Amino acid sequence: MHLDPIEQFQIKNIWPMLSMGGHQIAFTNSAVYMLLIVVLVSLLFIGATAPRAIVPGRLQATAEVIYEFTATTLRSSTGPEGMKFLPFVFTLFMFVLAANLIGLIPFSFSVTSQLIVTATLALLVFFIVVIFGFWKNGLHFLKLFVPSGVPWVFLPLIVPIEILSFVSRPVSHSVRLFANMLAGHITLQVFAGFIIMLAGAGVLGIFGAVLPFVMVVILFALELLVALLQAYVFAILTCIYLNDAIHPGH
Amino acid sequence: MSDGTRGNGESDQTDTDEAALSARLQRLGERLARERAARPSDGPAENRVTTASGYARGLRLSSELVAGVVVGAGLGLLVDHWLGTSPWGLVVFLLLGFAAGVLNLARSAAAKN
Repeated sequence: MHLDPIEQFQIKNIWPMLSMGGHQIAFTNSAVYMLLIVVLVSLLFIGATAPRAIVPGRLQATAEVIYEFTATTLRSSTGPEGMKFLPFVFTLFMFVLAANLIGLIPFSFSVTSQLIVTATLALLVFFIVVIFGFWKNGLHFLKLFVPSGVPWVFLPLIVPIEILSFVSRPVSHSVRLFANMLAGHITLQVFAGFIIMLAGAGVLGIFGAVLPFVMVVILFALELLVALLQAYVFAILTCIYLNDAIHPGH
Repeated sequence: MSDGTRGNGESDQTDTDEAALSARLQRLGERLARERAARPSDGPAENRVTTASGYARGLRLSSELVAGVVVGAGLGLLVDHWLGTSPWGLVVFLLLGFAAGVLNLARSAAAKN
């Protein structure tokens, strides 16, 4: 058994493909899980929507509920103009949700507990917001940094603060998901380690091991909630940031 | 149901794609609104969404402040490194970052969803 709580986050090379400029580019366990997530989600939705029944079956009803949920979230924060981003937000939401849930299966690898993955997703959102904002609104996009109704005397102070607040978004966007998943998995592993250590310490220890076991069960339920909520938070923040690109100026 | 509308959308050129999409969305919206009006509104579903977003908001607020301060400190250190103005870059950007963090916090706390 692994008693080291960090070992579960180790990246292992499965298939070294090539090395470029001293960096090895390999097919890792992280890549395997990402591929698995994409395949699973694709299969789920292709399978669910294939019947195209007017009265949906169980699988189709699931897909419709998830679609409705994402569409409502997006529409309520960006309005109808933002609906062209639905494929993007839906993909992002499903990827993070599936990654969080698959990571909860014992002995599996949790992709979203890697900062590089969440940071990539957050930067993708950030650059889409910046590029679409300038493409759609031109220089009016810069009005995002100049709140209306502020006396011009304060502008030299307010504009840097607004720019910093904008730049800090991908940081909070990515670190929030990463830190929650990392902390949750470490906590689970530590308490599970207590069970093994206590059970190995004789008869009294076996009775004592019940306590951390109860704790693990409770924590697992909490982690399930966190996995769902963090995916939702990631999606809703994406919607809020996209809204700034579509309607700059507060 | 979707076949009639999809036919129009795909035959259009790329430059009119935007207009076609918004027209399709508008038509869909009107049809959905009619369907919704005919159906009794589902109250419990709305409630579920708001409770979930309450939890979500709580989780969100905690990291907004920290991110602002961290980005401010990072930018300050970078500026010091490039311009050799240590420690003034750090001081100024840390304060600005703190202000940005508070601004983020206040904004996401005041937002409706």
